[in-house]
Amino acid sequence: MTDVEAPHRAKADRPAEAPASAAAQPLYAARQKVYPKRVFGKVRSVKWIILALCLALYYVVPWIRWDRGPGVPDQAVLVDIANARLFFFWIELWPQEIYFLAGALILGAFALFAVSSLFGRLWCGFTCPQTVWTDLFMFVERWIQGDRNARMKLDQGPHNANYWVRKSLTHAVWLLIAGATGGAWVMYFVDAPTVTMEILTGRASLEIYFFFALFAGFTYLLAGWAREQVCTYMCPWPRFQAAMLDENSLVVTYRDWRGEPRGKAKAEGVGDCVDCYACVHVCPTGIDIRDGQQLECIGCGLCVDACDSVMGKLGRPKGLVAFETLKNLAASEAATAGMAPGPERTRAGMAARQLPRFIRPRTMLYAGALTLVAAVMLGAFLMRSTLSVTVLRDRAPLFVRLSDGSVRNAYTIKLVNKTRDEAPLALTLQAPEGFRMTVQDVDNDAEGHPMLARRADGIAQYRVFITVPAGQRLAENTPLSFRLLDAQGRSVASQSSNFLGPKP
Amino acid sequence: MPTKIEKDAVTGRETTGHEWDGLKELNTPLPKWWLWTFYASIAFAVVWMVLYPSLPFWRGTTQWIAREAIVGEVAEANARNAPMMARLRAATPEQIVADPQMREFALAGGRVAFANNCAACHGAGGQGGNGFPALVDDDWLWGGSLAAIHQTIAHGIRTAEDDEARTSVMPRFGADGMLTNVQIGDVAEYVLSLSGRSTDADSVTRGQAIFAENCASCHGDQGQGNREFGAPRLNDQVWLYGGGKADIIAMVRNPRLGVMPAWHARLDPAVVNMLTVFVHSLGGGE
Repeated sequence: MTDVEAPHRAKADRPAEAPASAAAQPLYAARQKVYPKRVFGKVRSVKWIILALCLALYYVVPWIRWDRGPGVPDQAVLVDIANARLFFFWIELWPQEIYFLAGALILGAFALFAVSSLFGRLWCGFTCPQTVWTDLFMFVERWIQGDRNARMKLDQGPHNANYWVRKSLTHAVWLLIAGATGGAWVMYFVDAPTVTMEILTGRASLEIYFFFALFAGFTYLLAGWAREQVCTYMCPWPRFQAAMLDENSLVVTYRDWRGEPRGKAKAEGVGDCVDCYACVHVCPTGIDIRDGQQLECIGCGLCVDACDSVMGKLGRPKGLVAFETLKNLAASEAATAGMAPGPERTRAGMAARQLPRFIRPRTMLYAGALTLVAAVMLGAFLMRSTLSVTVLRDRAPLFVRLSDGSVRNAYTIKLVNKTRDEAPLALTLQAPEGFRMTVQDVDNDAEGHPMLARRADGIAQYRVFITVPAGQRLAENTPLSFRLLDAQGRSVASQSSNFLGPKP
Repeated sequence: MPTKIEKDAVTGRETTGHEWDGLKELNTPLPKWWLWTFYASIAFAVVWMVLYPSLPFWRGTTQWIAREAIVGEVAEANARNAPMMARLRAATPEQIVADPQMREFALAGGRVAFANNCAACHGAGGQGGNGFPALVDDDWLWGGSLAAIHQTIAHGIRTAEDDEARTSVMPRFGADGMLTNVQIGDVAEYVLSLSGRSTDADSVTRGQAIFAENCASCHGDQGQGNREFGAPRLNDQVWLYGGGKADIIAMVRNPRLGVMPAWHARLDPAVVNMLTVFVHSLGGGE
């Protein structure tokens, strides 16, 4: 296999070419450690803000309280698996409504597709938990061990006391953060103050310690050790983010029509790129954006800030590396073909750019799907009933003939009450004339309707008998329905069933 | 046999040594991680086979058998239910029905015990069948109160095992020659008239006299039945052995006498109490 010929083959931190020797080419690319350098700029500031917001959300939300009355968890966001309830502020979901969770995930997926097709890999570069925690761990590393050059010297130097102290301290802080992260995860499933005290005093159950250790361990491993390997090899998103990007999506690119040919700042007839490798040194995945679009680029935009600061120092216009659409890049290439390097070329190239086409079939499709799913979910949620009744007719026997010749059917009626209101409801029957209803162990109200008590946040079960007197003409199957009325006489729930009798 | 093993220039791996129409194949070794995981799984299997039952005729060093392991779990469940079962054992069915907690437990336990012990004869929902009384209706041979049901379940009907079993005998009017066929036909017609289904008025008149002489002593002068003898009501719409004329004639001629086992020796008294409460709640309890 010969060397791939590339005119501006850059020396990235991770070499992408094959070794010159043909004797033994390893098919396995050994990992090269990445030492991202600190960078200042607009993109970096935005990244810090988003990081702070995401972490604050993650750590603080389990502690938010929401009073729901006595005997009920008072945590605002709680997935109470033990009691089969999902609490989200004022919303309480029962297990049979788990499709709301599925809908929320589908919504999230479509939102991701929509954002990606418009603005590129914003998820990967700014909000993905892997990026956020790796960024945080890199910050800790930089704070304790120093910036890029200092860290490289530390790793390559002797493993003396200084080395061990710094490394141990870094890993200790990492483990602390990982512990807080694992703990916060558990807090979404168990009451936060309670489980915190339990974990700290050693009284938590085995399951809680297991999951705490699992998530803490994985945080430590993925953010402290695996880092960019997750994005490059493990995660499926990069692989099909490419399917969602097109020539009209904003991506991080190098404006090679402006930057080439590269040369020293003081040289004549060279492009704006001075081969300073600033963009390479700040990249958290260690790639060279000047090679073009690549899988490993998570679209974090730190190289934009790095190049901008260098361009600023050289007095050249910013934006050599920028968030740009590939369509504009091609347009600029065409407009500046054959031009000599210089300010006129830069002007011509930038003039050829157009506003990205945000409204196009792809984005409209994603937006449409997003709106549709959101509408369906909202509709389903608003129409959700907090009281429902199920009627199960006895099947053995289908009907009973009593001693006076009348025919009786028995039903098991279950009142599913998702509120904490325990007021009784009157049970009425919609059936032909002559059908009589009684409920076992239940008294009737003034109008002769059985008063069924509800169970707060539970299911109440009743046995109902419907009798048709002897001599009445009875079909083999008579449809009827039960209706529950509240104190004001309004129907709050109803269910239909049928009455079976002997063959006429 | 491999004919010519070569070393590939690009990857440094050996070929398999065979060539097919100029095509050669690299003999890439299995990945180390895969290989060692495989060895580990073999070692795990060996250790497992020593510890647990895997080979014939040997239970392994832990002597663990699933069938025996469950005994402990069942004992644990029984221990958890023990306090409530003790309460049910000590209480009367009336006391159980009055206490909501005991009643709920008794209904649930009664349903299970019914399915295990009673459903074979009385039907899955207590609907009975020909010769097996329906427990869901309001017609009772020996009484439908809690005490009566408890007595029936505990000591049975006409069962030889229990001294306290209730028993009664219907004479074999036909088989023993006590009544002629014509008389049996007439009295059957009269019995039909008691539930309003007779067709022959003369036969009914003749049958009424026969009934008053032979049947009223047990079945009552109106055919209202007698629970002391377990004599069924003849003037209602529920028929244990069939309500058609032929069925009635067959019963008068050669009566079938139902037998119910006594359960007090076979079941825990608490279970008998639970069954009583459950049967009483089926829809016909008095």
